[in-house]
Amino acid sequence: MYSQGLIGADTSTEESEEFLRAFQERIDAEQKIEPNDAMPAGYRKTLIRQIGQHAHSEIVGMLPEGNWITRAPTLKRKAALLAKVQDEGGHGLYLYSAAETLGVSREQMTEELHAGKAKYSSIFNYPTLTWADIGTIGWLVDGAAIMNQIPLCRCSFGPYARAMIRVCKEESFHQRQGYEIVMTLAKGSPEQKAMAQESLDRWWWPVLMMFGPHDSDSQHGDQSMRWKIKRFSNDELRQKFVDATIPQAEYLGLTVPDPDLKWNPEKNDGRGGYDFGAIDWDEFWRVVKGKGIMNRERIRDRRKAWDDGEWVREAALAHAQKRAERMAAEQQAAE
Amino acid sequence: MSETVKNEVPLWEVFIRPRNGLSHKHCGSVHAADEVMALQAARDVYTRRGEGQSIWVVRSKDIVASDPQDKEELFEPTADKIYRHPTFYEIPDEVGHM
Repeated sequence: MYSQGLIGADTSTEESEEFLRAFQERIDAEQKIEPNDAMPAGYRKTLIRQIGQHAHSEIVGMLPEGNWITRAPTLKRKAALLAKVQDEGGHGLYLYSAAETLGVSREQMTEELHAGKAKYSSIFNYPTLTWADIGTIGWLVDGAAIMNQIPLCRCSFGPYARAMIRVCKEESFHQRQGYEIVMTLAKGSPEQKAMAQESLDRWWWPVLMMFGPHDSDSQHGDQSMRWKIKRFSNDELRQKFVDATIPQAEYLGLTVPDPDLKWNPEKNDGRGGYDFGAIDWDEFWRVVKGKGIMNRERIRDRRKAWDDGEWVREAALAHAQKRAERMAAEQQAAE
Repeated sequence: MSETVKNEVPLWEVFIRPRNGLSHKHCGSVHAADEVMALQAARDVYTRRGEGQSIWVVRSKDIVASDPQDKEELFEPTADKIYRHPTFYEIPDEVGHM
């Protein structure tokens, strides 16, 4: 999903040829770039944009799942879902902290999200209508996220790569948790199985869109690949995801809603892979540009959470200041 | 630094000791109004799966760091002091392991 963070990214940069060449040599030698190192302005801008959008995706991603916490079918499912949503919040915070090392403030990123200037993954603008959606999100949305995030563990920017290593360790629980929910439904009553199938029908295509536009339509992929911010193209990752997921769906006895899906033994240099149907890019761009089913509600909920927390932040800061002043006065009296 | 510094919740760097016997290691940062809340936030954000036995938090503004531009000046001089390494000294095999 995080390749979407590069949509509209401005990788242009104005340093001297010599500086850019020296920087590229460091990247090519697989040296990590750390926050205080000299870096091209375009590299910094691209990372701030991508890490910021990645962080926003984690935070907004808490909303569709949070929707089902109070209605989880058992205490076990509820505890697991609560832990998962808490993890998403944690992932958002690791990532904000990585972005902040590049000189952008948390306030600035939050304001950009709330003003609709910063994007987050298109997938979170779809509603969670049934309990099966919680399973499908864990299985497919987190599965797609893992596909994207594993190569990001080797990203050239140190703090982003380190945050991704922590995130990847935790995502594995998310995907298994989701798959187990879908499996329970798929092996349950006919109504439960139908619920799992209906959920897969709704999420399949939006999940494939998470990988971002086709490589041929992705303008900023090349520079990001050269700077090793990105290691695989959108289409490569999408193909890997489809190939990994179809056997998992078959095991469940569920069918992905794609009549053109077909095994092709020639694909992936003769190792074989799945051909799949055309993605509705009009839908994708509609959602990215704010016309998805849940776009307005998601931003409204984020803004409300921020505004409702205003008095808490103010009180905490006032309390901290009062304590600091009291301590300073006591110290002065003691001297 | 932005102009809204006054209303910003301070940033703290977080260090975690995975278990006794190991040193604290930097793992990220959190925003918190004071040290008590910083410790609580660090616990929630960085130790959800038994990652730590001890946490340090330090205000980010209190950290003094070397400038990467001074890297050569600071660290290059050690490169030619090869006599600081045990392999610089020739000891006959007959002496045995030393």
